Amino acid sequence: MNTRTVLQWYFNPKWYNSILTTGLPVMALFLLLFGCATDETQTVARLTELVMQDEFETDGAPNTSVWGYDIGTGTNGWGNNELQYYTDRAKNVIVENGVLLITADQESFQGSAYTSARLMTKGLFEQMYGRFEARIRLPHGQGMWPAFWLLGANDDQAPWPQIGEIDIMENRGQEPTLISGTVHGPGYSAGESITKSYTLVNDRFDTGFHIFGIEWGPEYINFYVDDVLYNQITPTDVPGEWVFDHPFYLIINLAVGGTYVGSPNSETTFPQTMLVDYVRVYKNNEIN
Amino acid sequence: MKSKKNGYLKTTLLLGFIFTVVTSCEREISDNVEFATFPKNAEVFIDGFSGGLQYFPFLGSKFDAFSVDTEVKYKGEASMRLDVPNFGDPSGAYAGAIFPDATGRNLSDYDALTFWAKSSQAATINEIGFGNDFGENKYLVTKANLRISTNWSKYVIPLPDPYKLTLEKGMFWYAEGPENNDGYTIWIDEIQYEKLGTIAQPSPAIFNGVDRLEQAFVGANLTMNGLTQTFNLASGINETVSVAPSYFKFSSTDVDVARVSELGVVSIVGIGTAKITAVLGDVRAKGSLTIESLGSFVAAPTPTRSPSDVISIFSNAYTNVPVEYYNGYYAPYQTTQGQDDLNINGDNIIKYTELNFVGIQFSQPTINATAMTHLHIDVLIQEPNPIDGGDFLKIELEDYGADGTFGNGDDSAYALTFTSPTLVSGSWVSLDIPLSDFTGLTSTANLGQILFISDATITEILVDNIYLYR
Repeated sequence: MNTRTVLQWYFNPKWYNSILTTGLPVMALFLLLFGCATDETQTVARLTELVMQDEFETDGAPNTSVWGYDIGTGTNGWGNNELQYYTDRAKNVIVENGVLLITADQESFQGSAYTSARLMTKGLFEQMYGRFEARIRLPHGQGMWPAFWLLGANDDQAPWPQIGEIDIMENRGQEPTLISGTVHGPGYSAGESITKSYTLVNDRFDTGFHIFGIEWGPEYINFYVDDVLYNQITPTDVPGEWVFDHPFYLIINLAVGGTYVGSPNSETTFPQTMLVDYVRVYKNNEIN
Repeated sequence: MKSKKNGYLKTTLLLGFIFTVVTSCEREISDNVEFATFPKNAEVFIDGFSGGLQYFPFLGSKFDAFSVDTEVKYKGEASMRLDVPNFGDPSGAYAGAIFPDATGRNLSDYDALTFWAKSSQAATINEIGFGNDFGENKYLVTKANLRISTNWSKYVIPLPDPYKLTLEKGMFWYAEGPENNDGYTIWIDEIQYEKLGTIAQPSPAIFNGVDRLEQAFVGANLTMNGLTQTFNLASGINETVSVAPSYFKFSSTDVDVARVSELGVVSIVGIGTAKITAVLGDVRAKGSLTIESLGSFVAAPTPTRSPSDVISIFSNAYTNVPVEYYNGYYAPYQTTQGQDDLNINGDNIIKYTELNFVGIQFSQPTINATAMTHLHIDVLIQEPNPIDGGDFLKIELEDYGADGTFGNGDDSAYALTFTSPTLVSGSWVSLDIPLSDFTGLTSTANLGQILFISDATITEILVDNIYLYR
């Protein structure tokens, strides 16, 4: 088996399954090729045609041509009994020193006990397929619920979960070494969603930046953290209709409390800040 | 990033093979170049004593509490077995020992002491940790009240600041008494130092994170307490350990008023106000001590009675009988804070604040005062206002009866009430009370406790020279 063959194996979107069945010689070559990579660029993604990026280089409010906001508490705490009131105030969302800061604080505000922020590209940037990734340092503590995710942009035509939801990264603040990647659709939403978690070994998500991404094409979504491709979801993995063949928009938020994570407790320290170094979206140039 | 990648790969099925491939990467070599330091051996007790490890039980403990158990173990060949004695065991009242390394080790590469443990019954280990070497204990770390169960579990004791631990002898120590008077057995295995990489979000504290205000006098020495370090573990749990003062760097806003030694002793050197704060590693500790130094202190009169005529409970002038405590801290009914922790120019003084009632117990053994005629106490009331008609201080003596223990129906007690003009604020009041005044005491042969009761009419007092005499 020559190197070229291995590279093709590797670049196959279904490599994850292939590697497991191909056995030891392939794995050995793979390690020899990539085990000593000297740069910090992850090698699990293959789409490289950048179509949208925000490196958060300009101090102040985030770029309004890319980011809008959800404000308030939504219906029933954004459907999850979340406890925060989302604002677009600088104390909850600001760009400083090359980083987007989303800060959750404990304060009485408009009837809520906490404030935070939720940014989205709805109506500003929407795309079908491609590679979506962000480099983020997470907050920590019981009740923190940071997320980087996509929602179907067709929400005026259909209700959730028919529009589809791809959670690239969700974390519970009380689980500092673990994140989850998830898809929601009709027949597989909320508690029945299709999800897989990824645990860092000898490290944690609140002490340094990590890259969270997906590569998404027709009939597959690959989930990765840094240089580790940890899951692939295909139509055969979901028990209902595959609803991931239309444009989606991006959301980055830091929720406080709610059914997924539970409420903060006396040991949760505030304020807590989620730091986003960049958000990058690449075109799936095999398709569109 | 690279080491992270390796860490992940190690978890795959092809473990051995991957190791081979990874070590073939020559970029790692520079990591192995080290300056000459003390050994970095991480193992304390895996299947037996690691090289250089010693065992020294505490004085008064059951000397043979420790053994190596080859039957019950978490992993490998053997575990450390600790047999906590029953109450009353003649071989020792508790189990406790230190396990030092004779040479000392460099622990600065690690972030936690970890071990697996279980016990014959669910229990709470009083104290367990490292840094105890029967020497300075300069970098002592204590995890108090560690809950332990009958299932093997892994326990993590974080290093407060690994950079301090370039030469540490105290590898491991513990102390545990009977649970509800019953002895039991603890097994500990795989004791070692590890670099977990998940010990994060340090949150050190002094005075348990409280901003304290204290009045003090020139010449007084106060000891920093409530020194802790808290880390968030991979489990999401915040783990707090008590740590020695030397982990902190203390600073004073005015070194002409108060200064702090490396060992956490605050010396009051002048009149004025100074705030003491601390840093551990590069994190500012929560809590502070603001000292209002009132100037020079007038000590209580030094006792002059012959020691042969005195049974002393608390005085620098005499040898004192054993005292179990100067404050029982019986919350919630008792609000009183403070105990025998004030030292001014070498004179130990009891300081009570938020006084409503407080007891000093000396029941092991009780005092036989049948040959004595009087009780002497010096009291300095520190109230901002003069003593008025409603203010009182009761002094109560309790005799524990022939059985020498509290309760059981043979005790007697009597309280005498003192008010103005006997009591004044701002200067020492010396009370010499005939024991015959305690008319409700049926005996003075088994005195076990003295109480101060004010019902918060008087809240701040200093007490010195408590003794019985004839």
